[in-house]
Amino acid sequence: MAAPSELSPIFGRLTLDALPLHEPILVVTFLVVAALGTLLLGAITWFRLWGYLWKEWFTSVDHKKIGVMYMVLGIIMLLRGFSDAIMMRLQQAIAFNGSEGYLPPHHYDQVFSAHGVIMIFFVAMPLVTGIMNFVVPLQIGARDVSFPFLNNFSFWMTTGGAILVMTSLFVGEFAKTGWLAYPPLSGTTYSPDVGVDYYIWGLQVAGIGTTLSGINLICTIIKLRAPGMSLMKMPIFTWTALCTNVLIVATFPVLTAVLALLALDRYVGMNFFTTELGGNPMMYVNLIWIWGHPEVYILILPLFGVYSEVTSTFSGKRLFGYTSMVYATVVITILSYLVWLHHFFTMGSGASVNSFFAITTMVISIPTGAKLFNWLFTMYRGRIRFELPMMWTIAFMLTFVVGGMTGVLLAVPPADFVLHNSLFLVAHFHNVIIGGVLFGLFAAINYWFPKAFGFKLDRFWGLVSFWCWVVGFWLAFMPLYILGLMGVTRRMRVFDDPSLQIFFVIAGFGVAVIFVGIMALLIQIGVSIRNRARLRDATGDPWNGRTLEWSTTSPPPEYNFAFTPIIHDLDAWYDMKRRGQEQPMSGFRPIPMPRNTGAGVFLAAFATVCGFALIWQIWWLVAASFIAALVTAIGHTFDYDRSHRIPAETVAATEALRTRALAAAE
Amino acid sequence: MSGDAHHAADGAAHGTLRGYLTGFGLSVVLTAIPFWLVMARPLAASHTAILIVGFAVLQILVHVVYFLHMNRRSEGGWTMIALIFTLIVVAIAMSGSTWVMYHLNTNMMPPHEMRSVP
Repeated sequence: MAAPSELSPIFGRLTLDALPLHEPILVVTFLVVAALGTLLLGAITWFRLWGYLWKEWFTSVDHKKIGVMYMVLGIIMLLRGFSDAIMMRLQQAIAFNGSEGYLPPHHYDQVFSAHGVIMIFFVAMPLVTGIMNFVVPLQIGARDVSFPFLNNFSFWMTTGGAILVMTSLFVGEFAKTGWLAYPPLSGTTYSPDVGVDYYIWGLQVAGIGTTLSGINLICTIIKLRAPGMSLMKMPIFTWTALCTNVLIVATFPVLTAVLALLALDRYVGMNFFTTELGGNPMMYVNLIWIWGHPEVYILILPLFGVYSEVTSTFSGKRLFGYTSMVYATVVITILSYLVWLHHFFTMGSGASVNSFFAITTMVISIPTGAKLFNWLFTMYRGRIRFELPMMWTIAFMLTFVVGGMTGVLLAVPPADFVLHNSLFLVAHFHNVIIGGVLFGLFAAINYWFPKAFGFKLDRFWGLVSFWCWVVGFWLAFMPLYILGLMGVTRRMRVFDDPSLQIFFVIAGFGVAVIFVGIMALLIQIGVSIRNRARLRDATGDPWNGRTLEWSTTSPPPEYNFAFTPIIHDLDAWYDMKRRGQEQPMSGFRPIPMPRNTGAGVFLAAFATVCGFALIWQIWWLVAASFIAALVTAIGHTFDYDRSHRIPAETVAATEALRTRALAAAE
Repeated sequence: MSGDAHHAADGAAHGTLRGYLTGFGLSVVLTAIPFWLVMARPLAASHTAILIVGFAVLQILVHVVYFLHMNRRSEGGWTMIALIFTLIVVAIAMSGSTWVMYHLNTNMMPPHEMRSVP
């Protein structure tokens, strides 16, 4: 921390030295980002899109648009997180035989910390939340989430956190501590710079958004289900979303609390996590993993739901073992809260503690295994269509099983004593997160894209992306398993043993192949937008789906359903199609819908400025932005004009358009 | 049921003036006694500490019942389920942390005072 005398009353710790002008890599990155940014902003201004974006998207309380915005945020941040990955792989592939590579230590340490933080908090979380936001209300036959304004606010808080982390690239620096910022390394003694402060406030701002969106989705699922949809008739994706949001609400407050304690240590000299004055850094490790382990299940559970929906749809069969699937999900939810110590077996617990947490960890493989068998039995004797979502699902099954088995191996404490902190661990969690979460997200994107935009994604480029990702993944991470078994530790910048180089070179090739996969994904979206007329789906049900979201138009109207559907069976839409349900043609009534509001954008903007001011200790700005946020929040509570009515004629016109489109498609 | 997406759902219990006043009175009493215990020190320190924790738990119960209107009926029982869930989660986190930290302390702490880090 800067001494008080150096603290400028106006700029806090922020000086011109904070700009990394002496780092050529960062200067070039900044120039490229600035050029592209100017181009983008210029284009938006040129095509006069600001008003449209503000009115139709930024201030929207429509869960579908917010879901899409989450996806855009996640994909943009994926590009940033992935460039960090390329930098690390390149560094490790060349730093042999006395070469120092091209990244100095302080930069390399920031790169691996930023990679982890960004990939978990600002790629995986927004993408998962985005899918849940878009799909859950449609699947349960609701018109929006329970608290539409809160939804918009949550999204912008997540974005605010992402903006803070991105700012650290060009103003100051990011944490050099690894993605969980363990003290004492993250204390002021060893990290006096702003890096850890960017970490703390970026995650605090985003964490508020995540917690609120968790509460919102729980309420939505519990309160807004269509009549007849009992809990055991809920689509399986909605079930997994419910469990994930329960985990979010149970664990994110722990993260918020532990980061607040770390902030108190750093800002006002408290000693929660120091080695002096009664503090204990192990308490931080313990607390952050009470959040951290459920977090990985927060990420994977909704994707288990996606795989279930996809397998059932593309096998043309009801999901095998729906009830066991629900119970498996609930059991995983509960067990995920009882295993956190397996992240620090080696830190000195006794045999009894280690055995307890080892056993609970291994037990998780039972419900997960049950899920896998359910998917296999769903496919068994099904008429499988190898569309893109199904291909991602099969790739997931093959890949994830390997990751799961290495996970059970790591759950054995004696094995963990050998493998902990090694590249074996790195390979394991990339295996489950790429092979589980990311593959699932790509399945979900390919599956629900036609619902969101009314046209399918291009198959050719989808296949290119698929094969590059799958092959690239195996190329990039199998060498790390081998290296880890040989004892190579993670986060190394240079290596002494030249015989290891070949493995890092292969891993580097793997990352290059994944790069092609990411580019193919972007090209796939671009090509599909260009060929949207040919890929158009007029029916709203391109895959012969089984759940309610396929019963409405693609893209769905603002109000989702003209009439609230009544549910008689699991797989409600399949049941309706089987009974020959007719499209209602008359009797439409006006529909009250929430009105858009900019309050969420302003609140999140003030929170982000407040975070920035806290990082640089610009105290007047902290006070000003905090008061501004408070005033905006209170002011918003006096805004009573929150809803508008969609007239019956508009509903009738929209539905007539759909009837015509359906007739034309047949 | 889902016709109006942002309509306040019925079924939540609402407080009465009498309930709020009872709650207020109880929480004032439950705050005043620990203050007195600390300021006047009529008991030994260890007893005082235990008593204060006891009053804190009572205080939580008063808040939950009188201000958060917790009962078995509101929201069709969902509030009660949420409360029980919260208690379980807190119990797991606290007992687990205590167990883990006790072990770490016993196994890892050096027997003598550590020299402070620069």
